[in-house]
Amino acid sequence: MNSDMLASNKSSHGKGALRSSSGLPYGKINVYMTSSFRIKEKLIQGLFGTLAFSSLIFLVGIVFVLFKEGLPIFQDVKISDFLFGKFWYPTYDPAEFGILPLIVASFFVSLGAMFVCVPLGIGSALYINEIASHKQKMILKPLIEILASVPSIIYGFFAMAILAPFLQKTFNIPIGLCALNASIILGIMATPTVCSIAEDALSYVPRSFREASFAVGATRWQTLIKVVIPAAGSGISTAIILGMSRAIGETMTVLMAAGGAAMIPTSAFDPVRPMTAAIAAEMGEAPMGGDHYHALFAIALVLFIVTFLFNILAEIISRRFRIKLGLSG
Amino acid sequence: MDNLVMKMRAHGVDFFYGKNHALKNINLNVAVNKVTAIIGPSGCGKSTFIRLLNRMNEMVPNTTLTGKIYLDCLDILSPCIDPADVRRRVGMVFQKPNPFPKNIFENISYGLEVNGIKNKQLIEERVVTSLKRSAIWEEVKDRLHDSALRLSGGQQQRLCIARCLAIQPEVLLFDEPCASLDPISTRKIEELILELKKDYTIVIVTHNMQQAARISDYTGFFLLGDMIEFDKTDKIFKAPSDSRTEDYITGRFG
Ligand SMILES: Nc1ncnc2c1ncn2[C@@H]1O[C@H](COP(=O)(O)OP(=O)(O)OP(=O)(O)O)[C@@H](O)[C@H]1O
Ligand SMILES: [Mg+2]
Repeated sequence: MNSDMLASNKSSHGKGALRSSSGLPYGKINVYMTSSFRIKEKLIQGLFGTLAFSSLIFLVGIVFVLFKEGLPIFQDVKISDFLFGKFWYPTYDPAEFGILPLIVASFFVSLGAMFVCVPLGIGSALYINEIASHKQKMILKPLIEILASVPSIIYGFFAMAILAPFLQKTFNIPIGLCALNASIILGIMATPTVCSIAEDALSYVPRSFREASFAVGATRWQTLIKVVIPAAGSGISTAIILGMSRAIGETMTVLMAAGGAAMIPTSAFDPVRPMTAAIAAEMGEAPMGGDHYHALFAIALVLFIVTFLFNILAEIISRRFRIKLGLSG
Repeated sequence: MDNLVMKMRAHGVDFFYGKNHALKNINLNVAVNKVTAIIGPSGCGKSTFIRLLNRMNEMVPNTTLTGKIYLDCLDILSPCIDPADVRRRVGMVFQKPNPFPKNIFENISYGLEVNGIKNKQLIEERVVTSLKRSAIWEEVKDRLHDSALRLSGGQQQRLCIARCLAIQPEVLLFDEPCASLDPISTRKIEELILELKKDYTIVIVTHNMQQAARISDYTGFFLLGDMIEFDKTDKIFKAPSDSRTEDYITGRFG
């Protein structure tokens, strides 16, 4: 069939050439060419279309599995008890499936991480975009990207072996594996995300805005504060939201660093068990098809919805930002 | 030149982008309250030259500048002069209208605020007078708090002129201000420039020969970084002394 198509292509080329030399309008030739290319083009289109939409298929598949495996828990536990119950004792008899401690732990740790990654990430983005020389930029940008590609287990290892003992000594606390420990390490992990997205946002600010500002006698600092940052504002907020979403979804590090106690934390030095850590730690021992198993899937569903909402929010904000700058919608 | 008072003087100016010798020994005087046009084919250094007059080219890394540029008798290239001070006195309007992504009022008040003017009433007055002066007041007076990006290209350009006027500069630099505008907007800007000439000294870069002939008093012809000829506009267009100038204005190249 392939050789057939080739042959037919050739013949149409031949025909085209003949016709044009016989003085027919060029439009005719195109008609012949496209009609025989059409099948091939359709095939290629179909192939790439399938590839493009396969991610959608995966997404739908994931959502389907999450719902299918997660929903059964709500036959035994009310949704409100599940979301707002204060006790997570999945292996007790009778078991309790309240995930509030896990939700609170996730947000607590991620918010803490924000205190690290927002100043670090935005600060380095500003430095790279506004102050660094070309040479420094060439070194700093790849360096930050490398930071993003370090496997999370290495961060977790670092948190356990170095940061936790350090915190334990400095703050004189019983164990170093706590919310603060997890927050710091998650913050460092999320820094490259925040930095590179914020840096993109800053570099999208057209040079003409800066020039206009300098031309009326503004200093570099005034230009940065009053023109560049507001113009990149939504892009910077997107960076922060995606950093948050990265922190909330991170698993291995929090599993190793957060201490693992499923209690609502009262201070940054309490050990906590965020949602991801709970799933990773307990999935192996939860009997398949049991309540615990379904409850873990339901946690995953909650987690999925939260990060999904974060990403949608980030998308909405960045779209508004592009419109505001007059870039294409 | 007829005992005119010179507002700006460029003296033996050489400018390099890296190794690219973009301006070669330019000597050009800008007469006060006149329009000086700079013409020449693309890439000959017109923008480079006028961006030196308000020290805008300092933003470009890896450049070298020699020679002197005076504003009245101030040596503006001297290292002890703050470029922001020069830019306050020498305003600039760019080829593409570049309003800030702020509202119309803020676009004008920005320049006042960064220059330390805090008095609300004074700011408001200046915004209104500069919008009136740049012939856009009637079109925007009811929508001062709309985004400036929603204005048409021609309106945006007049807004940019207003932004420039608000800080009360002495010299106005225009780098192809009509390049992205339709003929009607172009005419409005030209009329405006003729009107502004009474109070300001104006330098304009243009690709449009008729425009140079219509609005300028003096014209300089640049070619590949050299200034080939500088004279009264009449003389340049009617009886140029260099054959290359004649070739260019009659459209034989460029
Ligand atoms: N930022 C820059 N970096 C390096 N070279 C530059 C830069 N800007 C201009 N040049 C070079 O300097 C020379 C003069 O450019 P300039 O922009 O002054 O020309 P121009 O006369 O304004 O042209 P046009 O009419 O197209 O605007 C050109 O050779 C150009 O390539
Ligand atoms: Mg130019």
